[in-house]
Amino acid sequence: MSALKPKHQRLVLLGFALAALLAAGLLAAWALRNQASYFYLPDQMKANPPAVGQAVRLGGMVEKGSLKTLPDGVTIDFTVTGRGNAQVPVRFTGIVPDLFKEGSGVVAEGHLAPDGVFIASTILAKHDENYVPREMQGMTDSKAAKMAEKTTVGLQ
Amino acid sequence: MIAELGLAALWMAAALAILQVVTGLLAVYSTRGAGEDAALPEIARLTRPSAVMQGLLTIFSFAMLLWVFAITDLSVRLVAENSHSMKPLVFKVAAAWGNHEGSMLLWVTIMSLAGALIALVERRLPERTMQATIAAQGLVALGFYAFLLFSSNPFDRLPFPALEGAGLNPLLQDLGLAFHPPTLYVGYVGLSIAFSFAVGALLTREVTPAFARAMRPWILGAWIFLTLGITAGSYWAYYELGWGGWWFWDPVENASLMPWLAATALLHSVSVLAARDALRTWTIMLGVVAFSMSMLGTFLVRSGILTSVHAFAVDPQRGTFILALLALYIGGALLLFALRAGSIVEGKRFATASREGALVFNNVMLSAILAIVLLGTLYPLVTEAFGVRVSVGPPYFDPVSAIFVIPMLLVMMVGPLLRWRQDSPSRIKGKLMAMLAALAGGALAIVLIGGVHVLPFLGLVLALGLAVASLLPLRGRQLRRVPLFTWGMVIAHFGIALALFGMASDSAFTNEKLAAVRVGETAIVGPWSVKLTGVEPIAGPNWTAMQGNLAASYRGEEPIKLTPQSRSFWAPPQQTNESALSTRWNGQLYAVIGEQSAQGRWQLRLWWKPFVIYIWLGGGLVALGGLLSLIGRLLADFRLRMAKRNRALRNGEAAA
Repeated sequence: MSALKPKHQRLVLLGFALAALLAAGLLAAWALRNQASYFYLPDQMKANPPAVGQAVRLGGMVEKGSLKTLPDGVTIDFTVTGRGNAQVPVRFTGIVPDLFKEGSGVVAEGHLAPDGVFIASTILAKHDENYVPREMQGMTDSKAAKMAEKTTVGLQ
Repeated sequence: MIAELGLAALWMAAALAILQVVTGLLAVYSTRGAGEDAALPEIARLTRPSAVMQGLLTIFSFAMLLWVFAITDLSVRLVAENSHSMKPLVFKVAAAWGNHEGSMLLWVTIMSLAGALIALVERRLPERTMQATIAAQGLVALGFYAFLLFSSNPFDRLPFPALEGAGLNPLLQDLGLAFHPPTLYVGYVGLSIAFSFAVGALLTREVTPAFARAMRPWILGAWIFLTLGITAGSYWAYYELGWGGWWFWDPVENASLMPWLAATALLHSVSVLAARDALRTWTIMLGVVAFSMSMLGTFLVRSGILTSVHAFAVDPQRGTFILALLALYIGGALLLFALRAGSIVEGKRFATASREGALVFNNVMLSAILAIVLLGTLYPLVTEAFGVRVSVGPPYFDPVSAIFVIPMLLVMMVGPLLRWRQDSPSRIKGKLMAMLAALAGGALAIVLIGGVHVLPFLGLVLALGLAVASLLPLRGRQLRRVPLFTWGMVIAHFGIALALFGMASDSAFTNEKLAAVRVGETAIVGPWSVKLTGVEPIAGPNWTAMQGNLAASYRGEEPIKLTPQSRSFWAPPQQTNESALSTRWNGQLYAVIGEQSAQGRWQLRLWWKPFVIYIWLGGGLVALGGLLSLIGRLLADFRLRMAKRNRALRNGEAAA
């Protein structure tokens, strides 16, 4: 490259930089389509379930009376419901957030197992007035239907 | 009264910013085409003093805000909403910038202080360029004054004083808060100087090595603070959130990483410009991009457009305002760049195998990583516009950024050994062999340990190679005669290797144990056995807690006492998990206590994280390296000026 005229060196550098950025952009676009984790409501998960093992998020209400702790003391089973009658059984192993309780809203990150149970790796619950998972903003215990309205906007 | 003084000072500072923009631009335009030595009009003498005065006024204004928070003046809306009379004093004061308005005032204060500092001390460049630079700094500050005064006035009074404050988010009631945002802000806003220098140089067409040498210490300073801020923020999230992770690719974390990536690229390209007079346009471009990323970060955090622990201000009007500022400044700077870039003369040439070549390659890699982080951060916003909610996390960021990080690390090993302008790989054959040996030896060792995934494996191998390679520039040199800025580079690069080692080791070797144990029972995690000796209630100044008493023993050694807590705050009501850490040279035990489950058992979550602390030690070393470089550059510059002055004095004597 040392024999190039100054003008050419600038062009070569510009070309290299643009090519690298373009490659980064294309790669990002491709990876984002495959790796972004989609948000599901219980109804959607029943009607159109994601592939088994694919990382997704599930949002809804923890059904009253469904929360059970397994004998190991750290695994819990519960059911998430949405606006319709759809119910998704969820299993989570770990320390739940402090404000996680029956009848409250929850967003679970995880994947669907072959038997239809949603295996949650992380549970987000309403932390306080200031930090609310986006899908649950403005939600109180009695506003399940409203939440479902809110989070389904444009999702159909 | 105190609040009104603060507000008045803020208005006066804004007025001075206008003055400084007008006089600076007048000075530049009245001497257009007259060359760099042209006499500037009288009015130009107002520019520097108004920048200095503006800095003093904002400091005063910020001090007034601290004061109303310190005395918990509940007639001020911001205090009533974010503080509480029963908080410890340090958190009362820290609450001043733990909210939207206060943090924006902090931003403006740092920005005008930076402007005051260049106005006060920077005299190496032609005065015309400096006038343009200070005017640009004033113009950027002006937008943020408008933002503060028209849409987020921190000194707003309540019609009736509140009886008690609403309190501060308990997650933020931590010493980390006292240092993390100010450190990060100094970094963010320090980049505004690089931006103003770039705009100033574009206006006066003075893109020279002297310009690069003047700009470099400011970039270094901002970059050191960014590095420290990110490192501290990562450690803070690690122990405060109680999730055992140190980086979540959270939009707010990305918002601080993106300016850092741009600033790192800028730092290296400005070195090429200073030493070799090459990469002129590229450096200017990065100067604009770096501060744009700072502003974008502020927009993402402050507009509440993204879900995040930090996004406490959700207010569409403010979001629109910052978006407008963003469009105005970035758009304006890019337009100026487009108009003037063609007139910047091409810099010096260099061969592919040269230090410039390596620096250019890594500059492009850093930019590519920046693009990937930026796209991943903005993607959820784009899809949401089409009605689809997604979140983007480690499955995207980790592998995709690795594709560009790996070649960057490889070139980073070789680059510092190459000569400027032109070099041949055969000259440094011996050192290249040493690196290859380190890479191969590392790979073999980890294969023997086994069970390590691809990315952590590559991370460990590259960390070892880079650690060896980063020290090679010192080989064969007398250590006491190596300049301070070379030491800075070596230490910073070694710090990167160390941090990488910590990250890879954490994801490769972490042991996790989740158990429900009764008092008296023991849980095993990695080489540790942890016994729950008791659970007791504890009360703090504004919280109560259930505290687990743990006796943790490493390979049968004398047990160490750990006390993780599950805290309940009552203003505002909220619970947090306080983790307990035990640090050894070879790793950290991390313990969190959860709820009581059935049959008197307590949930216990334990991690053994080998070498995890090297992540933050490495980050600290990177910042230290930056500091040494900064001192080294300033000393070299000082000596040069003293030598010049002495020569001038001698010449004067000879003439007499």
